[in-house]
Amino acid sequence: MENFSIEQLKAKAKVVRRHIVEMTGAAASGHPGGSLSATEILVALYFNLMDHNPQDPHWPDRDRCILSKGHASPALYSVLSEAGYFDPSTLKDFRKFGSPLQGHPDRRKLPGVEASTGSLGQGLSMGIGMALARRLDKKNYYTYVVTSDGEMNEGQTWEAAAMAAHHKVDHLIAFLDYNKFQLDDATRVICDMEPVIKKWESFCWHVQEIDGHDLKAILNAVEKAKKVKDRPAMIVAHTIKGKGVSFMEGNNHYHGVAPTPAEVEKALKELT
Amino acid sequence: MEKKYGKPTRDAYGETIVEIGKANPNVVVLDADLSKSTKSYAFSQVFPERFLNVGIQEANLVGVASGLASCGKIPFISSFASFLVCKGFDQFRMGVAFSELNVKVVGSHGGITVGEDGASQMSIEDVALMTSLPGFVVMVPSDEVETRALVLEAVHYPAPVYIRTGRPKAPIIHKAATPFKIGKGVRMREGKDLTIIANGFLVFEALCAAEKLAEDDGIQASVIDMHTVKPLDAELILEEAKKTGHVVVAEEHQIWGGLGSAVATLLARKHPCKVGFVAIQDTYAESGQPEELLEKYNLTSPYIVKTAKKILGR
Repeated sequence: MENFSIEQLKAKAKVVRRHIVEMTGAAASGHPGGSLSATEILVALYFNLMDHNPQDPHWPDRDRCILSKGHASPALYSVLSEAGYFDPSTLKDFRKFGSPLQGHPDRRKLPGVEASTGSLGQGLSMGIGMALARRLDKKNYYTYVVTSDGEMNEGQTWEAAAMAAHHKVDHLIAFLDYNKFQLDDATRVICDMEPVIKKWESFCWHVQEIDGHDLKAILNAVEKAKKVKDRPAMIVAHTIKGKGVSFMEGNNHYHGVAPTPAEVEKALKELT
Repeated sequence: MEKKYGKPTRDAYGETIVEIGKANPNVVVLDADLSKSTKSYAFSQVFPERFLNVGIQEANLVGVASGLASCGKIPFISSFASFLVCKGFDQFRMGVAFSELNVKVVGSHGGITVGEDGASQMSIEDVALMTSLPGFVVMVPSDEVETRALVLEAVHYPAPVYIRTGRPKAPIIHKAATPFKIGKGVRMREGKDLTIIANGFLVFEALCAAEKLAEDDGIQASVIDMHTVKPLDAELILEEAKKTGHVVVAEEHQIWGGLGSAVATLLARKHPCKVGFVAIQDTYAESGQPEELLEKYNLTSPYIVKTAKKILGR
Protein backbone atom coordinates (compact mmCIF):
# COMPACT_ATOMS: atom_id res chain seq x y z
CA MET A 1 0.00 0.00 0.00
CA GLU A 2 1.08 3.59 -0.56
CA ASN A 3 2.19 5.40 2.56
CA PHE A 4 -0.23 8.06 3.75
CA SER A 5 0.98 11.51 4.73
CA ILE A 6 0.36 12.86 8.22
CA GLU A 7 -2.61 14.89 6.94
CA GLN A 8 -4.09 11.86 5.22
CA LEU A 9 -3.57 9.77 8.35
CA LYS A 10 -5.32 12.41 10.44
CA ALA A 11 -8.29 12.34 8.11
CA LYS A 12 -8.32 8.56 8.17
CA ALA A 13 -8.25 8.54 11.99
CA LYS A 14 -11.37 10.68 11.98
CA VAL A 15 -13.14 8.32 9.59
CA VAL A 16 -12.14 5.39 11.77
CA ARG A 17 -13.48 7.13 14.88
CA ARG A 18 -16.78 7.74 13.13
CA HIS A 19 -16.97 4.04 12.30
CA ILE A 20 -16.20 3.09 15.91
CA VAL A 21 -19.00 5.28 17.23
CA GLU A 22 -21.47 4.12 14.60
CA MET A 23 -20.73 0.42 14.83
CA THR A 24 -20.79 0.21 18.63
CA GLY A 25 -23.94 2.33 18.56
CA ALA A 26 -25.57 0.03 16.00
CA ALA A 27 -24.52 -3.06 17.96
CA ALA A 28 -25.66 -1.43 21.22
CA SER A 29 -22.58 -3.10 22.71
CA GLY A 30 -18.82 -3.18 22.34
CA HIS A 31 -15.90 -1.21 23.71
CA PRO A 32 -15.68 2.32 22.33
CA GLY A 33 -13.28 3.79 24.93
CA GLY A 34 -10.27 1.60 24.25
CA SER A 35 -11.01 1.57 20.53
CA LEU A 36 -10.81 5.34 20.35
CA SER A 37 -7.56 5.40 22.35
CA ALA A 38 -5.90 2.92 19.94
CA THR A 39 -7.07 4.64 16.75
CA GLU A 40 -3.91 6.55 15.78
CA ILE A 41 -1.69 3.55 16.51
CA LEU A 42 -3.68 1.28 14.20
CA VAL A 43 -4.14 3.95 11.51
CA ALA A 44 -0.40 4.66 11.44
CA LEU A 45 0.38 0.95 11.20
CA TYR A 46 -2.06 0.01 8.45
CA PHE A 47 -1.86 3.18 6.34
CA ASN A 48 1.80 4.01 6.59
CA LEU A 49 4.08 1.65 8.45
CA MET A 50 3.05 -1.87 7.53
CA ASP A 51 3.84 -3.71 4.35
CA HIS A 52 0.65 -5.64 3.68
CA ASN A 53 -1.75 -6.47 0.90
CA PRO A 54 -5.50 -6.50 1.54
CA GLN A 55 -5.94 -8.45 -1.71
CA ASP A 56 -3.62 -11.17 -0.41
CA PRO A 57 -4.10 -11.26 3.36
CA HIS A 58 -2.01 -14.42 3.77
CA TRP A 59 0.98 -13.15 1.82
CA PRO A 60 3.85 -14.85 3.72
CA ASP A 61 6.13 -11.80 3.71
CA ARG A 62 3.57 -9.37 5.12
CA ASP A 63 4.08 -7.38 8.29
CA ARG A 64 1.78 -8.67 11.01
CA CYS A 65 -0.26 -6.81 13.58
CA ILE A 66 -1.85 -8.52 16.56
CA LEU A 67 -4.52 -6.63 18.46
CA SER A 68 -3.79 -8.20 21.82
CA LYS A 69 -6.40 -5.97 23.44
CA GLY A 70 -9.09 -7.74 21.46
CA HIS A 71 -11.94 -5.72 22.91
CA ALA A 72 -10.77 -2.82 20.74
CA SER A 73 -12.01 -4.81 17.74
CA PRO A 74 -14.11 -1.87 16.44
CA ALA A 75 -10.88 0.04 15.80
CA LEU A 76 -9.25 -2.92 14.07
CA TYR A 77 -12.28 -3.71 11.92
CA SER A 78 -12.67 -0.07 10.90
CA VAL A 79 -9.03 0.15 9.90
CA LEU A 80 -9.13 -3.17 8.03
CA SER A 81 -12.22 -2.13 6.10
CA GLU A 82 -10.77 1.28 5.23
CA ALA A 83 -7.56 -0.46 4.11
CA GLY A 84 -9.57 -2.61 1.70
CA TYR A 85 -9.85 -5.98 3.45
CA PHE A 86 -13.63 -5.81 3.20
CA ASP A 87 -16.34 -3.31 2.39
CA PRO A 88 -16.94 -0.73 5.13
CA SER A 89 -20.68 -1.34 4.75
CA THR A 90 -20.04 -4.65 6.59
CA LEU A 91 -19.16 -2.68 9.74
CA LYS A 92 -22.84 -2.22 10.54
CA ASP A 93 -23.05 -5.99 11.17
CA PHE A 94 -20.50 -5.80 13.99
CA ARG A 95 -21.44 -8.29 16.76
CA LYS A 96 -24.48 -9.51 14.84
CA PHE A 97 -25.33 -13.16 14.33
CA GLY A 98 -23.55 -14.56 11.28
CA SER A 99 -21.18 -11.62 10.88
CA PRO A 100 -17.42 -12.16 10.49
CA LEU A 101 -17.05 -9.12 12.73
CA GLN A 102 -17.20 -11.02 15.99
CA GLY A 103 -17.32 -9.24 19.33
CA HIS A 104 -13.62 -9.97 19.69
CA PRO A 105 -11.30 -10.75 16.74
CA ASP A 106 -11.58 -14.27 15.31
CA ARG A 107 -8.89 -15.18 12.79
CA ARG A 108 -11.01 -17.99 11.38
CA LYS A 109 -13.78 -15.65 10.33
CA LEU A 110 -12.13 -12.52 9.04
CA PRO A 111 -9.11 -12.36 6.69
CA GLY A 112 -6.71 -9.72 7.98
CA VAL A 113 -7.15 -10.71 11.61
CA GLU A 114 -3.77 -12.20 12.49
CA ALA A 115 -4.67 -13.65 15.87
CA SER A 116 -7.77 -14.51 17.82
CA THR A 117 -7.71 -12.43 20.96
CA GLY A 118 -10.02 -11.34 23.72
CA SER A 119 -8.49 -13.20 26.66
CA LEU A 120 -6.00 -10.59 27.76
CA GLY A 121 -2.25 -10.97 27.87
CA GLN A 122 -1.73 -13.46 25.07
CA GLY A 123 -0.84 -11.36 22.03
CA LEU A 124 2.75 -10.71 22.97
CA SER A 125 3.51 -14.45 23.15
CA MET A 126 1.86 -15.00 19.78
CA GLY A 127 3.86 -12.11 18.35
CA ILE A 128 7.09 -13.65 19.64
CA GLY A 129 6.15 -16.85 17.79
CA MET A 130 5.65 -14.90 14.56
CA ALA A 131 8.93 -13.06 15.04
CA LEU A 132 10.74 -16.34 15.68
CA ALA A 133 9.23 -17.85 12.53
CA ARG A 134 10.58 -14.82 10.64
CA ARG A 135 14.04 -15.48 12.04
CA LEU A 136 13.90 -19.17 11.06
CA ASP A 137 12.64 -18.36 7.58
CA LYS A 138 15.13 -15.50 7.13
CA LYS A 139 12.38 -13.09 6.15
CA ASN A 140 12.26 -9.38 6.84
CA TYR A 141 8.75 -8.76 8.08
CA TYR A 142 7.92 -7.01 11.34
CA THR A 143 5.43 -8.16 13.91
CA TYR A 144 3.49 -5.48 15.78
CA VAL A 145 1.51 -6.15 18.93
CA VAL A 146 -0.94 -3.64 20.37
CA THR A 147 -1.36 -4.20 24.11
CA SER A 148 -3.36 -2.47 26.79
CA ASP A 149 -2.66 -1.28 30.32
CA GLY A 150 -5.07 -3.92 31.63
CA GLU A 151 -2.84 -6.53 30.02
CA MET A 152 0.11 -5.29 32.04
CA ASN A 153 -1.65 -6.96 35.00
CA GLU A 154 -1.39 -10.37 33.34
CA GLY A 155 1.48 -12.65 34.34
CA GLN A 156 1.87 -13.95 30.81
CA THR A 157 2.87 -10.46 29.62
CA TRP A 158 5.93 -10.62 31.84
CA GLU A 159 6.76 -14.19 30.90
CA ALA A 160 6.79 -13.01 27.31
CA ALA A 161 8.76 -9.87 28.18
CA ALA A 162 11.54 -11.84 29.86
CA MET A 163 11.69 -14.57 27.26
CA ALA A 164 11.71 -12.27 24.20
CA ALA A 165 14.62 -10.28 25.59
CA HIS A 166 16.58 -13.37 26.59
CA HIS A 167 16.18 -14.91 23.16
CA LYS A 168 17.09 -11.61 21.46
CA VAL A 169 13.84 -11.47 19.52
CA ASP A 170 13.88 -8.45 17.22
CA HIS A 171 11.56 -7.36 14.42
CA LEU A 172 9.01 -7.37 17.23
CA ILE A 173 7.49 -3.99 18.04
CA ALA A 174 4.90 -3.68 20.76
CA PHE A 175 2.70 -0.74 21.63
CA LEU A 176 1.23 -0.12 25.03
CA ASP A 177 -2.00 1.81 24.47
CA TYR A 178 -1.56 3.47 27.83
CA ASN A 179 -4.91 5.10 28.53
CA LYS A 180 -4.62 4.55 32.30
CA PHE A 181 -7.94 2.76 32.69
CA GLN A 182 -9.11 -0.81 32.93
CA LEU A 183 -12.64 -2.14 33.16
CA ASP A 184 -13.44 -1.51 36.79
CA ASP A 185 -11.63 1.79 37.27
CA ALA A 186 -8.39 3.70 36.74
CA THR A 187 -5.30 1.47 36.69
CA ARG A 188 -3.91 3.42 39.68
CA VAL A 189 -6.94 2.25 41.65
CA ILE A 190 -7.13 -1.39 40.48
CA CYS A 191 -3.56 -2.50 39.93
CA ASP A 192 -1.08 0.25 39.20
CA MET A 193 1.76 -0.95 36.98
CA GLU A 194 3.86 2.21 37.36
CA PRO A 195 6.70 2.72 36.78
CA VAL A 196 5.84 1.12 33.45
CA ILE A 197 8.80 2.53 31.54
CA LYS A 198 11.25 1.25 34.14
CA LYS A 199 9.59 -2.15 34.13
CA TRP A 200 10.07 -2.62 30.39
CA GLU A 201 13.58 -1.19 30.54
CA SER A 202 14.48 -3.55 33.35
CA PHE A 203 13.23 -6.42 31.20
CA CYS A 204 15.87 -5.26 28.68
CA TRP A 205 13.48 -4.04 25.97
CA HIS A 206 14.18 -1.00 23.84
CA VAL A 207 11.65 1.44 25.26
CA GLN A 208 10.25 4.69 23.88
CA GLU A 209 7.59 6.94 25.35
CA ILE A 210 5.33 8.96 23.06
CA ASP A 211 2.00 10.71 22.75
CA GLY A 212 -0.12 7.95 21.26
CA HIS A 213 -2.36 10.40 19.42
CA ASP A 214 0.56 12.17 17.71
CA LEU A 215 0.83 10.44 14.34
CA LYS A 216 4.25 11.92 13.58
CA ALA A 217 5.53 10.65 16.93
CA ILE A 218 4.17 7.16 16.17
CA LEU A 219 5.88 7.07 12.77
CA ASN A 220 9.18 8.28 14.22
CA ALA A 221 9.07 5.82 17.11
CA VAL A 222 8.45 2.87 14.81
CA GLU A 223 11.26 3.94 12.50
CA LYS A 224 13.58 3.91 15.51
CA ALA A 225 12.20 0.62 16.79
CA LYS A 226 12.77 -1.02 13.40
CA LYS A 227 16.49 -0.31 13.71
CA VAL A 228 16.75 -2.11 17.05
CA LYS A 229 18.75 -5.30 16.72
CA ASP A 230 18.76 -8.33 19.00
CA ARG A 231 16.02 -7.16 21.31
CA PRO A 232 12.34 -6.37 21.18
CA ALA A 233 10.94 -2.85 21.21
CA MET A 234 8.17 -1.38 23.34
CA ILE A 235 6.51 1.92 22.53
CA VAL A 236 4.62 3.23 25.53
CA ALA A 237 1.97 5.41 23.94
CA HIS A 238 0.21 7.77 26.33
CA THR A 239 -3.39 7.92 25.18
CA ILE A 240 -6.77 9.15 26.27
CA LYS A 241 -9.56 6.65 26.64
CA GLY A 242 -12.47 7.74 24.44
CA LYS A 243 -10.23 10.17 22.53
CA GLY A 244 -12.00 12.33 19.96
CA VAL A 245 -15.45 12.31 21.53
CA SER A 246 -15.70 14.99 24.24
CA PHE A 247 -18.09 13.18 26.54
CA MET A 248 -16.17 9.89 26.27
CA GLU A 249 -12.69 11.27 26.86
CA GLY A 250 -11.39 10.03 30.19
CA ASN A 251 -14.85 8.71 31.04
CA ASN A 252 -14.47 5.04 31.86
CA HIS A 253 -18.21 4.46 31.57
CA TYR A 254 -17.54 3.96 27.87
CA HIS A 255 -15.02 1.17 28.43
CA GLY A 256 -17.61 -1.44 27.56
CA VAL A 257 -20.80 0.56 27.08
CA ALA A 258 -21.91 1.65 23.64
CA PRO A 259 -23.20 5.14 22.91
CA THR A 260 -26.97 5.61 22.76
CA PRO A 261 -28.48 6.76 19.43
CA ALA A 262 -28.52 10.34 20.75
CA GLU A 263 -24.90 10.02 21.85
CA VAL A 264 -23.94 8.62 18.46
CA GLU A 265 -25.47 11.66 16.81
CA LYS A 266 -23.68 14.00 19.19
CA ALA A 267 -20.35 12.21 18.71
CA LEU A 268 -20.60 12.23 14.92
CA LYS A 269 -21.16 16.01 14.98
CA GLU A 270 -17.88 16.36 16.83
CA LEU A 271 -16.10 14.08 14.37
CA THR A 272 -16.59 16.12 11.22
CA MET B 1 1.44 -62.34 30.78
CA GLU B 2 5.15 -61.80 30.81
CA LYS B 3 6.18 -58.27 31.68
CA LYS B 4 8.96 -57.18 29.39
CA TYR B 5 9.93 -53.59 30.02
CA GLY B 6 10.80 -51.32 27.15
CA LYS B 7 11.66 -47.64 27.22
CA PRO B 8 9.56 -45.02 28.92
CA THR B 9 7.13 -43.54 26.38
CA ARG B 10 8.78 -40.13 26.92
CA ASP B 11 12.05 -41.60 25.62
CA ALA B 12 10.25 -42.89 22.56
CA TYR B 13 8.95 -39.34 21.98
CA GLY B 14 12.44 -37.86 22.29
CA GLU B 15 13.87 -40.29 19.73
CA THR B 16 10.98 -39.95 17.32
CA ILE B 17 10.99 -36.18 17.27
CA VAL B 18 14.62 -36.23 16.11
CA GLU B 19 13.62 -38.56 13.30
CA ILE B 20 10.80 -36.18 12.37
CA GLY B 21 13.12 -33.20 12.52
CA LYS B 22 15.36 -34.77 9.90
CA ALA B 23 12.46 -35.34 7.52
CA ASN B 24 10.49 -32.15 8.09
CA PRO B 25 12.27 -28.77 8.26
CA ASN B 26 9.06 -27.07 9.41
CA VAL B 27 9.04 -28.93 12.71
CA VAL B 28 10.23 -26.85 15.65
CA VAL B 29 10.47 -28.07 19.23
CA LEU B 30 9.89 -26.01 22.35
CA ASP B 31 10.16 -26.84 26.01
CA ALA B 32 9.77 -25.09 29.34
CA ASP B 33 12.96 -26.04 31.18
CA LEU B 34 12.12 -29.72 31.45
CA SER B 35 13.63 -30.92 28.18
CA LYS B 36 15.87 -33.43 29.94
CA SER B 37 12.79 -34.96 31.55
CA THR B 38 10.37 -34.71 28.62
CA LYS B 39 13.23 -35.91 26.37
CA SER B 40 12.91 -33.11 23.85
CA TYR B 41 16.54 -32.44 24.79
CA ALA B 42 17.64 -34.93 22.14
CA PHE B 43 16.18 -32.64 19.46
CA SER B 44 18.00 -29.61 20.89
CA GLN B 45 21.31 -31.41 20.42
CA VAL B 46 20.68 -32.24 16.76
CA PHE B 47 18.74 -29.13 15.69
CA PRO B 48 19.72 -26.32 18.06
CA GLU B 49 18.40 -23.66 15.65
CA ARG B 50 14.95 -25.24 15.63
CA PHE B 51 14.76 -25.78 19.38
CA LEU B 52 13.68 -23.19 21.90
CA ASN B 53 13.74 -23.44 25.65
CA VAL B 54 11.48 -20.63 26.85
CA GLY B 55 12.18 -21.15 30.53
CA ILE B 56 9.62 -22.02 33.15
CA GLN B 57 6.67 -20.25 31.56
CA GLU B 58 4.06 -22.59 30.22
CA ALA B 59 1.50 -19.94 29.28
CA ASN B 60 4.02 -18.07 27.14
CA LEU B 61 5.24 -21.37 25.68
CA VAL B 62 1.80 -22.13 24.28
CA GLY B 63 1.31 -18.60 22.98
CA VAL B 64 4.68 -18.64 21.20
CA ALA B 65 3.76 -22.00 19.64
CA SER B 66 0.50 -20.47 18.43
CA GLY B 67 2.39 -17.67 16.69
CA LEU B 68 4.86 -20.10 15.11
CA ALA B 69 2.02 -22.31 13.86
CA SER B 70 0.26 -19.30 12.32
CA CYS B 71 3.37 -18.85 10.17
CA GLY B 72 3.34 -22.45 8.94
CA LYS B 73 5.66 -24.06 11.46
CA ILE B 74 4.70 -27.33 13.18
CA PRO B 75 5.60 -26.76 16.82
CA PHE B 76 5.97 -29.74 19.14
CA ILE B 77 5.85 -28.40 22.68
CA SER B 78 6.51 -30.34 25.83
CA SER B 79 6.64 -30.07 29.59
CA PHE B 80 5.20 -32.11 32.44
CA ALA B 81 1.56 -32.76 31.59
CA SER B 82 0.36 -31.29 34.86
CA PHE B 83 2.10 -27.95 34.34
CA LEU B 84 1.69 -27.64 30.60
CA VAL B 85 -2.02 -28.45 30.52
CA CYS B 86 -3.04 -26.60 33.67
CA LYS B 87 -0.87 -23.51 33.32
CA GLY B 88 -1.24 -23.28 29.56
CA PHE B 89 -4.91 -24.06 29.39
CA ASP B 90 -6.38 -20.71 28.38
CA GLN B 91 -3.53 -20.36 25.90
CA PHE B 92 -4.47 -23.73 24.40
CA ARG B 93 -8.05 -22.55 24.31
CA MET B 94 -7.42 -19.17 22.67
CA GLY B 95 -4.24 -19.66 20.66
CA VAL B 96 -4.59 -23.27 19.52
CA ALA B 97 -8.10 -24.76 19.72
CA PHE B 98 -10.17 -21.64 19.02
CA SER B 99 -7.55 -20.41 16.54
CA GLU B 100 -7.48 -23.82 14.82
CA LEU B 101 -3.70 -23.88 14.72
CA ASN B 102 -1.52 -26.88 14.15
CA VAL B 103 0.30 -27.27 17.48
CA LYS B 104 1.42 -30.65 18.80
CA VAL B 105 1.49 -30.95 22.57
CA VAL B 106 3.37 -33.64 24.46
CA GLY B 107 2.71 -33.80 28.19
CA SER B 108 5.14 -36.09 29.96
CA HIS B 109 4.86 -37.55 33.46
CA GLY B 110 1.23 -38.43 32.93
CA GLY B 111 -0.66 -40.31 35.62
CA ILE B 112 0.41 -41.45 39.08
CA THR B 113 3.24 -43.69 37.87
CA VAL B 114 5.39 -40.55 38.15
CA GLY B 115 6.11 -42.16 41.50
CA GLU B 116 8.40 -40.62 44.10
CA ASP B 117 7.89 -36.98 43.08
CA GLY B 118 4.37 -37.07 44.45
CA ALA B 119 0.95 -35.72 43.65
CA SER B 120 1.89 -32.18 42.56
CA GLN B 121 3.84 -33.64 39.62
CA MET B 122 1.22 -36.23 38.63
CA SER B 123 -1.21 -35.35 35.90
CA ILE B 124 -4.55 -37.03 36.48
CA GLU B 125 -6.70 -34.32 34.87
CA ASP B 126 -5.00 -33.80 31.50
CA VAL B 127 -7.31 -36.00 29.42
CA ALA B 128 -10.41 -34.33 30.87
CA LEU B 129 -9.04 -30.86 30.19
CA MET B 130 -7.63 -31.45 26.72
CA THR B 131 -10.64 -33.40 25.42
CA SER B 132 -12.81 -30.45 26.47
CA LEU B 133 -11.09 -28.25 23.87
CA PRO B 134 -12.98 -28.38 20.55
CA GLY B 135 -10.99 -30.00 17.76
CA PHE B 136 -8.14 -31.30 19.91
CA VAL B 137 -6.97 -34.88 19.34
CA VAL B 138 -6.08 -36.54 22.66
CA MET B 139 -3.94 -39.66 22.89
CA VAL B 140 -2.50 -41.81 25.66
CA PRO B 141 -0.11 -44.36 24.10
CA SER B 142 0.77 -47.53 25.98
CA ASP B 143 4.35 -48.36 25.04
CA GLU B 144 7.34 -47.18 23.05
CA VAL B 145 6.20 -48.80 19.81
CA GLU B 146 2.81 -47.13 19.88
CA THR B 147 4.24 -43.79 21.01
CA ARG B 148 6.64 -43.69 18.10
CA ALA B 149 3.90 -44.53 15.61
CA LEU B 150 1.45 -42.00 16.97
CA VAL B 151 3.99 -39.18 17.14
CA LEU B 152 4.80 -39.90 13.49
CA GLU B 153 1.08 -39.82 12.68
CA ALA B 154 0.59 -36.57 14.59
CA VAL B 155 2.98 -34.65 12.33
CA HIS B 156 0.69 -35.11 9.36
CA TYR B 157 -2.59 -34.87 11.21
CA PRO B 158 -4.16 -31.51 10.34
CA ALA B 159 -5.33 -30.58 13.85
CA PRO B 160 -4.00 -29.78 17.28
CA VAL B 161 -2.85 -32.96 19.02
CA TYR B 162 -2.19 -33.76 22.66
CA ILE B 163 -0.11 -36.83 23.53
CA ARG B 164 0.46 -37.97 27.10
CA THR B 165 3.73 -39.76 27.82
CA GLY B 166 4.88 -41.44 31.01
CA ARG B 167 7.92 -41.32 33.26
CA PRO B 168 8.78 -44.97 34.07
CA LYS B 169 9.68 -47.76 31.69
CA ALA B 170 6.61 -49.09 29.94
CA PRO B 171 6.01 -52.79 29.34
CA ILE B 172 6.21 -53.58 25.63
CA ILE B 173 2.90 -54.87 24.37
CA HIS B 174 2.99 -53.99 20.67
CA LYS B 175 4.95 -55.26 17.71
CA ALA B 176 6.63 -52.74 15.46
CA ALA B 177 4.62 -53.98 12.50
CA THR B 178 1.27 -53.16 14.10
CA PRO B 179 -0.49 -50.45 12.11
CA PHE B 180 -1.52 -47.51 14.28
CA LYS B 181 -3.92 -44.82 13.22
CA ILE B 182 -5.14 -41.79 15.14
CA GLY B 183 -8.72 -42.43 16.22
CA LYS B 184 -8.55 -46.20 15.66
CA GLY B 185 -8.32 -48.54 18.65
CA VAL B 186 -6.13 -51.63 18.50
CA ARG B 187 -7.78 -54.97 19.31
CA MET B 188 -5.19 -56.84 21.37
CA ARG B 189 -7.30 -59.86 22.16
CA GLU B 190 -10.65 -61.16 21.00
CA GLY B 191 -13.35 -62.45 23.38
CA LYS B 192 -17.11 -62.96 23.42
CA ASP B 193 -18.03 -62.30 27.06
CA LEU B 194 -16.50 -58.97 27.95
CA THR B 195 -14.66 -56.01 26.44
CA ILE B 196 -11.89 -54.27 28.35
CA ILE B 197 -11.04 -50.87 26.90
CA ALA B 198 -7.84 -49.33 28.25
CA ASN B 199 -5.02 -46.98 27.43
CA GLY B 200 -1.53 -46.14 28.68
CA PHE B 201 -0.13 -48.43 31.37
CA LEU B 202 -3.53 -49.97 31.94
CA VAL B 203 -3.44 -51.82 28.62
CA PHE B 204 -0.85 -54.20 30.04
CA GLU B 205 -2.94 -54.63 33.18
CA ALA B 206 -5.99 -55.27 31.01
CA LEU B 207 -4.16 -58.02 29.10
CA CYS B 208 -3.12 -59.63 32.40
CA ALA B 209 -6.70 -59.37 33.65
CA ALA B 210 -8.05 -61.00 30.48
CA GLU B 211 -5.64 -63.91 30.90
CA LYS B 212 -6.66 -64.36 34.50
CA LEU B 213 -10.38 -64.22 33.68
CA ALA B 214 -9.92 -66.89 31.02
CA GLU B 215 -7.79 -69.16 33.21
CA ASP B 216 -9.79 -68.94 36.40
CA ASP B 217 -13.34 -68.43 35.22
CA GLY B 218 -13.43 -69.24 31.54
CA ILE B 219 -14.45 -65.65 30.77
CA GLN B 220 -13.30 -64.63 27.31
CA ALA B 221 -12.48 -60.93 27.18
CA SER B 222 -11.62 -58.69 24.28
CA VAL B 223 -8.92 -56.14 25.07
CA ILE B 224 -8.82 -52.88 23.17
CA ASP B 225 -5.90 -50.47 23.36
CA MET B 226 -7.84 -47.22 22.95
CA HIS B 227 -4.83 -44.95 22.55
CA THR B 228 -6.97 -42.15 21.13
CA VAL B 229 -9.58 -40.80 23.53
CA LYS B 230 -10.66 -38.17 21.02
CA PRO B 231 -11.79 -38.73 18.35
CA LEU B 232 -13.08 -41.91 19.92
CA ASP B 233 -13.27 -45.09 17.84
CA ALA B 234 -17.05 -45.42 18.12
CA GLU B 235 -17.23 -48.10 15.46
CA LEU B 236 -14.97 -50.52 17.31
CA ILE B 237 -16.52 -49.83 20.71
CA LEU B 238 -20.06 -50.38 19.42
CA GLU B 239 -19.05 -53.53 17.59
CA GLU B 240 -17.57 -54.88 20.82
CA ALA B 241 -20.43 -53.73 23.03
CA LYS B 242 -22.98 -55.36 20.73
CA LYS B 243 -20.99 -58.59 20.83
CA THR B 244 -20.16 -58.82 24.55
CA GLY B 245 -22.70 -56.51 26.19
CA HIS B 246 -20.25 -55.85 29.03
CA VAL B 247 -17.55 -53.20 28.98
CA VAL B 248 -14.84 -52.32 31.49
CA VAL B 249 -12.84 -49.15 30.92
CA ALA B 250 -9.42 -48.88 32.59
CA GLU B 251 -7.22 -45.80 32.70
CA GLU B 252 -4.60 -44.03 34.79
CA HIS B 253 -6.70 -40.88 35.08
CA GLN B 254 -9.25 -39.23 37.28
CA ILE B 255 -12.60 -41.00 36.80
CA TRP B 256 -14.32 -37.73 35.89
CA GLY B 257 -13.73 -36.80 32.29
CA GLY B 258 -11.36 -39.50 31.09
CA LEU B 259 -11.63 -42.43 28.69
CA GLY B 260 -14.33 -44.01 30.87
CA SER B 261 -16.54 -40.94 30.59
CA ALA B 262 -16.03 -40.84 26.82
CA VAL B 263 -16.91 -44.52 26.38
CA ALA B 264 -19.90 -44.27 28.74
CA THR B 265 -21.29 -41.27 26.89
CA LEU B 266 -21.03 -43.10 23.59
CA LEU B 267 -22.66 -46.26 24.97
CA ALA B 268 -25.45 -44.32 26.70
CA ARG B 269 -26.34 -42.74 23.37
CA LYS B 270 -25.88 -45.67 21.02
CA HIS B 271 -25.91 -48.97 22.89
CA PRO B 272 -26.66 -48.89 26.62
CA CYS B 273 -25.03 -51.85 28.36
CA LYS B 274 -23.24 -52.73 31.58
CA VAL B 275 -20.09 -50.65 32.05
CA GLY B 276 -17.50 -50.77 34.83
CA PHE B 277 -14.77 -48.25 35.53
CA VAL B 278 -11.20 -48.69 36.72
CA ALA B 279 -9.78 -45.23 37.30
CA ILE B 280 -8.59 -42.85 39.99
CA GLN B 281 -11.54 -42.29 42.27
CA ASP B 282 -11.70 -38.50 42.60
CA THR B 283 -8.57 -38.15 44.71
CA TYR B 284 -4.92 -37.13 44.48
CA ALA B 285 -2.20 -39.73 44.89
CA GLU B 286 1.11 -39.54 46.79
CA SER B 287 4.80 -40.45 46.66
CA GLY B 288 5.84 -44.06 46.23
CA GLN B 289 6.99 -46.63 43.69
CA PRO B 290 4.79 -46.72 40.58
CA GLU B 291 3.76 -50.32 41.34
CA GLU B 292 2.85 -49.45 44.92
CA LEU B 293 0.74 -46.56 43.71
CA LEU B 294 -1.06 -48.51 41.00
CA GLU B 295 -1.90 -51.08 43.67
CA LYS B 296 -3.08 -48.55 46.26
CA TYR B 297 -5.25 -46.64 43.77
CA ASN B 298 -6.81 -49.84 42.43
CA LEU B 299 -5.35 -49.68 38.94
CA THR B 300 -3.82 -53.17 38.64
CA SER B 301 -5.16 -56.27 36.92
CA PRO B 302 -6.88 -57.75 40.03
CA TYR B 303 -9.11 -54.66 40.15
CA ILE B 304 -9.94 -55.01 36.49
CA VAL B 305 -10.84 -58.66 37.15
CA LYS B 306 -12.97 -57.64 40.15
CA THR B 307 -14.79 -54.94 38.18
CA ALA B 308 -15.38 -57.32 35.27
CA LYS B 309 -16.86 -59.99 37.50
CA LYS B 310 -19.07 -57.46 39.20
CA ILE B 311 -20.70 -56.27 35.98
CA LEU B 312 -20.90 -59.86 34.73
CA GLY B 313 -22.65 -60.85 37.97
CA ARG B 314 -20.05 -63.56 38.66
